[in-house]
Amino acid sequence: MNFMPKMNRRAFVVSTAAAGGGLALGWQLPFGAAEAAEDSPEVNAWALIKPDETVVIRIARSEMGQGTLTGLAQMVAEELECDWAKVTYEFPTPGQNVARKRIWGDFFTAGSQGIRSSNEIVRKGGAAARMMLIEAAAGEWKVPASECTASLGVITHTPTGRTVTFGKIAPIANKLEPPADVKLKDPKDWKVIGQGKKRLDTPLKVNGEAKYGIDIQLPDMLYAAIKAVPVNGGKVKSFDAAKVEGRKGVKKVVQVEDTAVAVIADSWWRAKTALDELPITWDLGDNVKVSSASIAAWLKEGLDADTGLVGNKTGDATATLASAAKKVEAVYAYPYQHHVTMEPQNATARFTDEKCEVWTSTQNGEAALALVSETSGLPIAKCEVYKTFLGGGFGRRSTSHDYVKQAVLIAKQMPGVPIKLLWTREEDMVHGWYHPVTQAKLTAGFDADKNLTALHIRISGQSILATVMPARMQEGRDPATFSGLYPGGAEAAFGYDIPNVLVDHSMRNPHIHPGFWRGVNINHNAIYLESFMDELAKETGVDPLEFRRKIMAKHPKHLAVLNAVAEKIGWGTPAPAGVHRGLAHFMGFGSYVAAAAEVSVDGKKVKIHRIVGATDPGYAVNPAQIERQIAGSFVYGLTGLFLGGITVKDGAVEQTNFDTYDMMRIAQMPKVEAIVMPSRSGVWGGVGEPTICVAAPAVLNAITAATGTRYRTFPLREHGLTLV
Amino acid sequence: MVQLTINGKSHEVDVEPDTPLLWVIRDTVGLTGTKYGCGIAQCGACTVHINGEPVRSCSLAVSDAVGKQIITIEGLAADGKLHKVQQAWIDQDVPQCGYCQSGMIMAVAALLKQKPNPTDADIDAAITNICRCGTYQQVRAGIHAAANA
Repeated sequence: MNFMPKMNRRAFVVSTAAAGGGLALGWQLPFGAAEAAEDSPEVNAWALIKPDETVVIRIARSEMGQGTLTGLAQMVAEELECDWAKVTYEFPTPGQNVARKRIWGDFFTAGSQGIRSSNEIVRKGGAAARMMLIEAAAGEWKVPASECTASLGVITHTPTGRTVTFGKIAPIANKLEPPADVKLKDPKDWKVIGQGKKRLDTPLKVNGEAKYGIDIQLPDMLYAAIKAVPVNGGKVKSFDAAKVEGRKGVKKVVQVEDTAVAVIADSWWRAKTALDELPITWDLGDNVKVSSASIAAWLKEGLDADTGLVGNKTGDATATLASAAKKVEAVYAYPYQHHVTMEPQNATARFTDEKCEVWTSTQNGEAALALVSETSGLPIAKCEVYKTFLGGGFGRRSTSHDYVKQAVLIAKQMPGVPIKLLWTREEDMVHGWYHPVTQAKLTAGFDADKNLTALHIRISGQSILATVMPARMQEGRDPATFSGLYPGGAEAAFGYDIPNVLVDHSMRNPHIHPGFWRGVNINHNAIYLESFMDELAKETGVDPLEFRRKIMAKHPKHLAVLNAVAEKIGWGTPAPAGVHRGLAHFMGFGSYVAAAAEVSVDGKKVKIHRIVGATDPGYAVNPAQIERQIAGSFVYGLTGLFLGGITVKDGAVEQTNFDTYDMMRIAQMPKVEAIVMPSRSGVWGGVGEPTICVAAPAVLNAITAATGTRYRTFPLREHGLTLV
Repeated sequence: MVQLTINGKSHEVDVEPDTPLLWVIRDTVGLTGTKYGCGIAQCGACTVHINGEPVRSCSLAVSDAVGKQIITIEGLAADGKLHKVQQAWIDQDVPQCGYCQSGMIMAVAALLKQKPNPTDADIDAAITNICRCGTYQQVRAGIHAAANA
């Protein structure tokens, strides 16, 4: 898939020839640009059909492992009626999207929106292309289009049996006006959507061919290594460039804004080793006084502070709690977490007075393009971003393109020269946009008959939106804080019927950058709520499943996934000797999710034997990939629960690499049994994120069942627990 | 100048002898299938074969690879036919983002050479590569499929 921008193709050949052929590198040029009509015209923006019948489907959203690329292609192919075996893909560039008045819609790939929010536009794109192909064939045959059908890439005139392939008719279809009225198939007629098709990108990912931002190679490219001030809010005071400028291969030492210093060299290793030797003095600023302990103390105060930030108010929880026959209270805390995308942050930029181009791994090509324009000082029409595959995203590359900005600022200091900026893992670890830190106090009230009559959840801690998307704040309130605890709605509703509920937020924003992180707020909200539900069940002497069922009658979809995992795990039947069970459910990103786990605990060693995970995402475009997302999300969530936890000392992040921030490995992987149960109720739920949040509370509840100990602060390694 | 043999081909490269092999493979020779993940031999994304053994190339000086047979992910397939691990990875649809999979596949190929029919315990002991997408369940299935191929 070595697509490259058409406009640059000749220029590239010329500049390569001029380089004297000394470049031993392959011609791995940026795919990431829609191949315009050089040898075969597109039918419409979504589909290009070649004379050999290859169907190239344009994919606006980014592919970072979540499988959106394949799912979106399935949706176009469903309506197009092409032969799936002939489908391939390409990524249009953000610049092309701007030039074509955003014909591909939004490029933003986060919040499990890849399929959800583009399902209609892509299906209509495929349907419109099919209608144009049929109309073109009918025109050639001089018959009514209504007498023609399309199937598997062939158009048939039913009365006469005449046929023509898409590839033959596509050049004519291209000249037609797009249809004004496009009707979509009834879901019951789907043949490609709902099938566990193999990923389209797998073959490239087993032989080294897949290109990520880090793999970009351009003629005469230089490399940059960078170091930013370790404490947010600090600045560069001075650096002694002369100390390293004479080193072999070093081209230039540059300051990047007032926060960072970079070395540009003819190889990244030379840049990196020179940077290691470069004397830099920092002005660390006032935040050096901040530590994990000071942040925790500040958040703790918020647990009892007055607040006006209310996310869910049903009845009068405060008054009911005051007169409750019995009250139960617990305080929980969830730490900062780092994304640790396997591919460290990087971007390659080339700047001239006429053009600024960037090649990078991004979850939002359009945001990256806007940033390139702003940073370069050139209008958007003179800027371009070429998207590659992402070596992981998880939210890190969605709203924070700090690495793109740095790359452009570096490139501006050597105009005309493409420069690849690559962060070390250490730089990546200490300059993240972390899963925010929160604490929660949960208070429940029971009446004399042991009915749960009131629940107050006070969340104290950091808002993501206040920092990264202030425009999305609602009257000073960060609505995302309450994910999974909303009183209703189709996005992330609370799944219990309790007459008096209050969920409110005491916002406290430390200087450590918060960011979206796979699932983000549902991770801790589900741990808080679903751990506490088990605590309440225990207090009242009721089985945790029965306790929940009793207050879920009005939430049939929540209940359906919970029942599904309970049944499959064998809830209510004896577990194997030494094995204990726990369960949890939640809702996020439009999907209802649940998990049930079996664990055994030997001293401080926790073994997770199996986890059943269920999801009702409304529609399941590719059940095989959804199963993989369930298992993968469990690894991500459980890594955070057991091994994660970013800590702060003297204002800086303490963890620097995998030796201080460990990850789950294959030996710790439980058997994951996935249940994909789409209710097809008109709602398109997310897939990449929702299930992440139920693994942790299900496992925690099982650990408590095994040990009698309730863990309320994380990561579990801080309690001496290890995952084996 | 350092002389290297990568995927059966000889390369003369102008690098300092203590340069990690990874960067020579990626940036000097231009074979970008081998990935950088940590630089401290923890994650395994940079795994290549040196004389048939799996080695984390981020932590090996290029001078220590002179005179040895270096195989990268690009050289794993032979005679135009995918290695059985690569084929199993396609059959089981293992990769997600795919970034760690070059190293994962190289580690698994080396394991199967040593233990053609590994048990789950063998896999747990030998395969310590990090995958943040969490493909481990598929990786395990892929290893067994390759062993049975």
